[in-house]
Amino acid sequence: MTRAKPLAYGAGLFVVLSLTLFVGWWQVDGPGAREPRGQRPMALFAMDFSLIDHDGNAVGPDTMMGNASLVFFGFTYCPDVCPATLIHITGWLEEIENRSRRLNAIFITVDPERDTPEVLAEYVTNFHPAIRGWTGSPDQIRRAAEGFRASFEKVSTGSDGYLMNHTASVFLFTSDGRFISTIDAHEPKEFAIPKILRALESDQNQK
Amino acid sequence: MLLFVFSSAPAFAGSDDVVVENAWSRASIGTKRPGVAYMTIRNNGDDVLTLGTVSTDLAAISEIHRTSTNDRGVSSMARVADLEITPNGTIALEPGGLHLMLMRLQRPMVEGESYVLSLDFGDHGRVVVRVPILGFTSRGPGN
Repeated sequence: MTRAKPLAYGAGLFVVLSLTLFVGWWQVDGPGAREPRGQRPMALFAMDFSLIDHDGNAVGPDTMMGNASLVFFGFTYCPDVCPATLIHITGWLEEIENRSRRLNAIFITVDPERDTPEVLAEYVTNFHPAIRGWTGSPDQIRRAAEGFRASFEKVSTGSDGYLMNHTASVFLFTSDGRFISTIDAHEPKEFAIPKILRALESDQNQK
Repeated sequence: MLLFVFSSAPAFAGSDDVVVENAWSRASIGTKRPGVAYMTIRNNGDDVLTLGTVSTDLAAISEIHRTSTNDRGVSSMARVADLEITPNGTIALEPGGLHLMLMRLQRPMVEGESYVLSLDFGDHGRVVVRVPILGFTSRGPGN
């Protein structure tokens, strides 16, 4: 008994530790992890919306299939966070290109009122040539945002017009349209690139 | 007290108490969209500095704004009426955070050009800096 007790304690401690670790894993990395950006976006193949790109082509979720994709929401009258995100994405695309891999990069406007295809074209073409700007009717933009679980809201700035509050995360999808992860707008390259590579590698595993 | 500092160098001296450094703007596409300016402001004095109004002939309205992102990943911008800088403190206006928003541009912001910006610190005077305009895709001076 005197020897069994410490053993029992030891075993108990082991169970408690294992449980603690398991619960920690479950909550942080495992299935119990709280989605950092609210709900998880749908798979591209489960989405249904039709928009037009900055060259006037009809586009939709199907357009992205076949290559891994980065998708993000913004508006071209956004002076701070949107250019910063686009500059980051340009850096990521260059890095991925250096590895001879291809990636879609789609900028969906939350301000279709001002961001016509022409306005989008004069804006997105300043960044990486792979970046495509998508716009459309307010109704279709809303449908697209719902699929990505992205949100946006128009905010008046008095006499000067309005700004848009919007989800700033970048959504990452595999070539077969599965959502894989989000990248924060200001995430350092050291974290962003491995996530993108994971999406690209996940493609290969599927084939 | 009005202190003029004109220089083409990226760093600027201010009054004894205020040092404005690494000011820069991103070039604009035309004049429809608001412009932006970034810088660091250092308080070398013993009093709290308060940056109230900012003005330039480049824009009809210049305001200090802060971009913040909530726990759902939604980014929003809010005006900051008075920006306080503690003694020996430094405040960075940088992409994705605090910035000067230049609304109703009076002329396009052209890469390679510069403009004059006046920062009013109330009792601590006014600091005037020349802000260089960097490329549209610039990350800041030296990048």
